[in-house]
Amino acid sequence: MKIDRRGFLKIGGLGILGVAAKPVIDVVSKVKLAEASAKKGVLVEKRLAMVVNLKNCKDGCTDCIDACHGVHNVPYIANPKDEIKWIWTEQYEKAFPDQEHRFIGGGMKGSPAILLCNHCDNPSCVRVCPTKATFKREDGIVMMDYHRCIGCRFCMAACPYGSRSFNWRDPRPFIKKINPDFPTRTKGVVEKCNFCEERLAKGLIPACVESCKNKALVFGNVEEPNSEVREILRSNYTIRRKPGLGTGPQIYYVV
Amino acid sequence: MFEKALIGSKKYWGLVIGLLAIMGVGAIFYLQQWNYGLGITGMSRDVSWGLYIAQFTFLVGVAASAVMVVLPYYLHNYKAFGRITILGEFVAVASVIMCLVFIIADLGQPTRALNIILYPTPNSILFWDMIVLNGYLLLNILIGWNVLASERKSVPPPAWVKPLIYISIPWAVSIHTVTAFIYAGLPGRGFWLTAIMAPRFLASAFAGGPALLILLSLILRKFTKFDPGKDAIQNLGKIVAYAMSINVFFILLEIFTVFYSQIPEHMHHFEYIFAGLGEHGKLVPWMWTSVTLAVLSLILLINPITRRREGILALACVIVFFSLWIEKGFVLVVTGFIPSPLGRVFEYSPTIPEIFITLGVWAMGFLILAVLYKIAVAVKEEIET
Amino acid sequence: MNNRIIIIAGLIIFLCLITFPIWYNVVGGKAAYAPELKIVSEEKQCVESTKYMRAKHMQLLNDWRNSVVREDKRTYTALDGKKYDMSLSNTCLKCHSNKADFCDKCHNYVEVTPTCWNCHVAPEGNKL
Repeated sequence: MKIDRRGFLKIGGLGILGVAAKPVIDVVSKVKLAEASAKKGVLVEKRLAMVVNLKNCKDGCTDCIDACHGVHNVPYIANPKDEIKWIWTEQYEKAFPDQEHRFIGGGMKGSPAILLCNHCDNPSCVRVCPTKATFKREDGIVMMDYHRCIGCRFCMAACPYGSRSFNWRDPRPFIKKINPDFPTRTKGVVEKCNFCEERLAKGLIPACVESCKNKALVFGNVEEPNSEVREILRSNYTIRRKPGLGTGPQIYYVV
Repeated sequence: MFEKALIGSKKYWGLVIGLLAIMGVGAIFYLQQWNYGLGITGMSRDVSWGLYIAQFTFLVGVAASAVMVVLPYYLHNYKAFGRITILGEFVAVASVIMCLVFIIADLGQPTRALNIILYPTPNSILFWDMIVLNGYLLLNILIGWNVLASERKSVPPPAWVKPLIYISIPWAVSIHTVTAFIYAGLPGRGFWLTAIMAPRFLASAFAGGPALLILLSLILRKFTKFDPGKDAIQNLGKIVAYAMSINVFFILLEIFTVFYSQIPEHMHHFEYIFAGLGEHGKLVPWMWTSVTLAVLSLILLINPITRRREGILALACVIVFFSLWIEKGFVLVVTGFIPSPLGRVFEYSPTIPEIFITLGVWAMGFLILAVLYKIAVAVKEEIET
Repeated sequence: MNNRIIIIAGLIIFLCLITFPIWYNVVGGKAAYAPELKIVSEEKQCVESTKYMRAKHMQLLNDWRNSVVREDKRTYTALDGKKYDMSLSNTCLKCHSNKADFCDKCHNYVEVTPTCWNCHVAPEGNKL
């Protein structure tokens, strides 16, 4: 782990340059992209997002959770210490602590809210990862590279939504039925929802969305004005979890 | 010079063997962790960092403290510290090695640790921490060893050591600043999201580190022919007094900001450590012990009558060290996760294997320190006779 | 130099000990055997030539995983122009479904323990 001074100065200098240059490059590249798309008259950008319609979400139903955890080999570990979850429910007022008050109406008080990775626009987990094992794709999916993760759990400390789980032990014995088409994880790596990127690659929609009979989950490209997600965002008032933190969560909730 | 570590009294070998035995026990438990995974510890989905990372944080402080003897000696030509700069530098070497080992012990995939270098990521604070810690280790080994070797030959140290010494002074500040940034830059962790995290780390480092140095100096004087000097110890005592006062002041600042602003996400953490949340209050007795010890140490340190008496100064140093260990080496890290971002209170306490692995790493650090001090003292004794 | 004999004798004993595995195999007549691999497949060739795969399959798999996981590029174009889905479980193991007779044989022979199977699911049946 030794680095000589010359090497350090090189990396250090590059790093500082990089940090200084990044916002500038970001702005320039955005401007260029906007110009290009304006010229062509089409939007080239793609930003995947999800709308959760809590009004349609049935109490006690676990279809989306079962579908996701089944297809992704998420182990079921009863002990909350070692628990792993990609999508789960939490009481509304716990999920939206900023919205909590004595008189929450509309049947929302104590009702379950579906939680998953927010696939943030400005993800703090990606910012802190020392190996780029977690990174943001161009379409907005915040991905995990399980091959590269060293298990430092900096991302778990950085995520303000509790969306990340760590494999405190070998998960295999806790997977009821292994789906051979998707890898399990190994002990010592962090995991979380991947927006079903492996299904998207085959032209399928996310497993949770597909499994929901009540249309409580809608998935799509939020940059596409005619998409279903945009239609719901237009016609409903939506909220997001902890927007004040500047992470830009991409899971929208109709309440 | 290393041969000096191989010749020693029965007491020295007893110490070495004792430390090796503790390391061995730690190693056995680490093998268990290696096979089973980090689930063997008390850490959980909610409290995802525990004793290991807390020890790392505390020991960065101990390491940075070398600067408190190096700076007065080299920048202000304060001669009394000349005899003990080597002690400070060797403490830094031992503690930085412990820091690195604690980080490795905390990794879920330790065999992939080099990914930090293979895929350098300048936007990650952990990447910079890796650089500053290894740099500081290298600086202190180079400086300490070369200065001691020249001292042995009664010649001035080589010219290239001087710039390294000057670099090591701001570098010491950097290791604690960067470590504080690991915590202070995270959204949604109200307990850590404070701009004075780095100053707080520095204040506690400059209290805890020199307190340890005073204790080590007194031990060396008792068991060897090497005398660090009364002046040096007294002045270190003053440094501890100032730094501990500033540290307590900073904590009071935090308490004011949190409780006067009444922002729940910041306040709940402090409520948890001082009063407990509901039936959850495992850290309350620890925190109050730390507070009581801190106040007691200030009384003993600020009052010149008590501070000047070496026995009482030593006691005050033990109190400072233990008070800061509770605060930085445990509470600071764990409380950041309690309550969780979802408001859940999931408590943490280390498990037996976790405690023994931690003790093993400490034993390793003390072994490195014992060997380095043995060499330093033998050289000093050789010069004086 | 009164110790010369002792030192030389010691060196000889040391050399004998560390070369013991070689002697043992020579005397036992099991020297240098090559593992016999079984392939159950109708395909004539792997994605690349046998020689290339034998030497470089680990790099190829490494490139595949980086390409799929990090760049979302999932199609591999082989030297002969054929296209393949970059997937250990769904492409490689379709032919090499006999992990114990194929992967493990060679890996055991050269004493390597790849961690692939900690996560990727080995095909049913011929497990080791």
